[in-house]
Amino acid sequence: MQKVLEYPFDAALILKKKKGIRRELQKEEKEYVRKNIAILGGSTTSEVKDILELFLLDYGIEPVFYESDYGQFWQDAVFGNAVLDTFQPDLIYIHTSNRNILHYPAMENTLEEAEGMLMSEYRRFCSMWESLKEKYGCPIIQNNFEMPFYRLMGNKEAFDIHGKIYFLTRLNLLFYEYAQSAGGFYINDINYLSASYGLERWSEPKYWYMYKYCLCIPAIPYLAFNVSNIIKSLYGKNKKALVLDLDNTLWGNVIGEDGAEGIEIGHETSVGQAYSEFQGYIREQKNLGVVLAVNSKNEMGNALAGLNHPEGTLCPDDFIVIKANWEPKDKNFLAISRELNILPDSMVFLDDNPAEREIVRRRFPDTAAPEIYSIEEYIRVIDRSGFFEQTVFSGDDAKRNVMYRQNRQRAELEQGFQNYDDFLKSLKMEAVIREFEPVYFARIAQLTNKSNQFNLTTKRFTEADIRAFAAKKEYVCLYGKLSDQFGDNGVVTVVMGRQEKEVLHIELWLMSCRVLKRGMEDAIFCELVRKAEERGICRLKGYYYKTAKNAMVKDFYQRFGFGKLSENAAGDSEWVLELAGYRGKNHWINISN
Amino acid sequence: MTREEIFVQLNGVFRDVFDNEDIVVTDVTTAGDIEGWDSLMHISLISAVEDEFDIKFNMKEVVSMENVGEMADIIVRELEG
Repeated sequence: MQKVLEYPFDAALILKKKKGIRRELQKEEKEYVRKNIAILGGSTTSEVKDILELFLLDYGIEPVFYESDYGQFWQDAVFGNAVLDTFQPDLIYIHTSNRNILHYPAMENTLEEAEGMLMSEYRRFCSMWESLKEKYGCPIIQNNFEMPFYRLMGNKEAFDIHGKIYFLTRLNLLFYEYAQSAGGFYINDINYLSASYGLERWSEPKYWYMYKYCLCIPAIPYLAFNVSNIIKSLYGKNKKALVLDLDNTLWGNVIGEDGAEGIEIGHETSVGQAYSEFQGYIREQKNLGVVLAVNSKNEMGNALAGLNHPEGTLCPDDFIVIKANWEPKDKNFLAISRELNILPDSMVFLDDNPAEREIVRRRFPDTAAPEIYSIEEYIRVIDRSGFFEQTVFSGDDAKRNVMYRQNRQRAELEQGFQNYDDFLKSLKMEAVIREFEPVYFARIAQLTNKSNQFNLTTKRFTEADIRAFAAKKEYVCLYGKLSDQFGDNGVVTVVMGRQEKEVLHIELWLMSCRVLKRGMEDAIFCELVRKAEERGICRLKGYYYKTAKNAMVKDFYQRFGFGKLSENAAGDSEWVLELAGYRGKNHWINISN
Repeated sequence: MTREEIFVQLNGVFRDVFDNEDIVVTDVTTAGDIEGWDSLMHISLISAVEDEFDIKFNMKEVVSMENVGEMADIIVRELEG
């Protein structure tokens, strides 16, 4: 069964039953991250807030909202507001629209005057962003502008210097240029949304005249969903992998029956073209860092023949794991999850067969298995679902597939060794372990949001937080990069400790699962101990905060010789280690700083 | 659709929107009779009714509606086209 908030959703149903849906969501036993979200509106925001809350809860984010008084977005930002100061937003959403433009050029204005008006409108917004950034230092999401619902001069509105369409298009470009250079600033593209929804319906003016909504009520779920996708992406809740069926999913027909020459892919037929474009889309997602796998009921030989089809865009090498066999799909799905070291709720399952989707969904309720009906709709459904919304694109994302491939090669090498230590030695690992540096702030913040399993305290931080920690004297903040003979894993581990006289409180320790069991924790611990000793610290305190996902590190500190101080009913525990006489055990990693 | 049938359907919309299965609307029901029926919920209600009957109220109709009976009258008129 499709979930009510899953795309393609029934927007009218969500609006009608928002109270009931909220009640149901609150009943769910789920771990939420709590976030203070300020909505600064240039129009009524009540319904936007209500529906945004539903989508965020569904993503595991529990919002607490501040709403500016009607239309007070600019005043709140620039002149400040004591309530907003106390609220301390984690994120700010500026919900403005073309209704908030103060002055458009009139026909009698010269080119110079028109340019002046454009720049003054831009500066009005820009001063607001700068002021918010200085005061709150948190991510800002800003609507761009939808096109006006009327065209005074007709088509000439698009290119005449007095045209409103020309004006808004230019202003949007200025917003984009700002977004390109400023960190922590994201555009909510309502220009695209309104076009896709239908501009005439989107800007039906009665909603403005009667209730001061800048868009029609029925479109609000699409707006809220779009904003929620940016937010969940910022908090590391994107999907990571796409698990695909083959027959009638990546090509038309059944290769086991019709043969490689009988499948539909390529320019011969209309259906073949649709599958070609779809394969191209998947390949582009892969290039952005989405990990691909196959889960198909087929003979391996047939699966490979299909993927090697000369008209296809994808090839076997694009997939990290290929499961082509006759096992139940949920079983294969679990095997893929284990091989990739990616949890099922971070994977998307794409299969044209509703029964297979249901089997996977029933076993893994948090796995997305979108309803795809017919090949011509696949791209739209996947694209609009926002599984892979890009906000912080670090170099590591682009390289992710390469890294997963290298991991496969390591796994193959491991098979050849009787002794695990011999295998580790043969990897010839090199680590760089240093204090936080600006080039890695984005990646470090991303890791704090993404790492679930090897994460002792699961504290989530933004890039701005990381920058702040790096500057604090009482903090020891280390990141670690690991490379070996197969390649570079990039930044994979982070430790943050707070010094209190002779004690170092380890407030954060996490590691990416892609380097599990390689001794990287020993290497970074050695460095941590070294730094601590330099500061005259003689005791380390470790903390383990239990979540649904981090059981892996429950007794982590024990391994390092820490003694357990306490454990409460929730399963959280505190540990202590006296540094005097402590000997590190980093054997296989050469630390080259 | 008869006026009675419209009332049955309207009642369902009210129950969904206000998330209250005990609601029973009549001709003379007004905002004061239902908990949570404020100006913001009124907007949600109007949208949900429009969607339920696949009609569009014009601005004057929305502004002039005094009670559920008048809402039903407008729906009857719209559906008769």
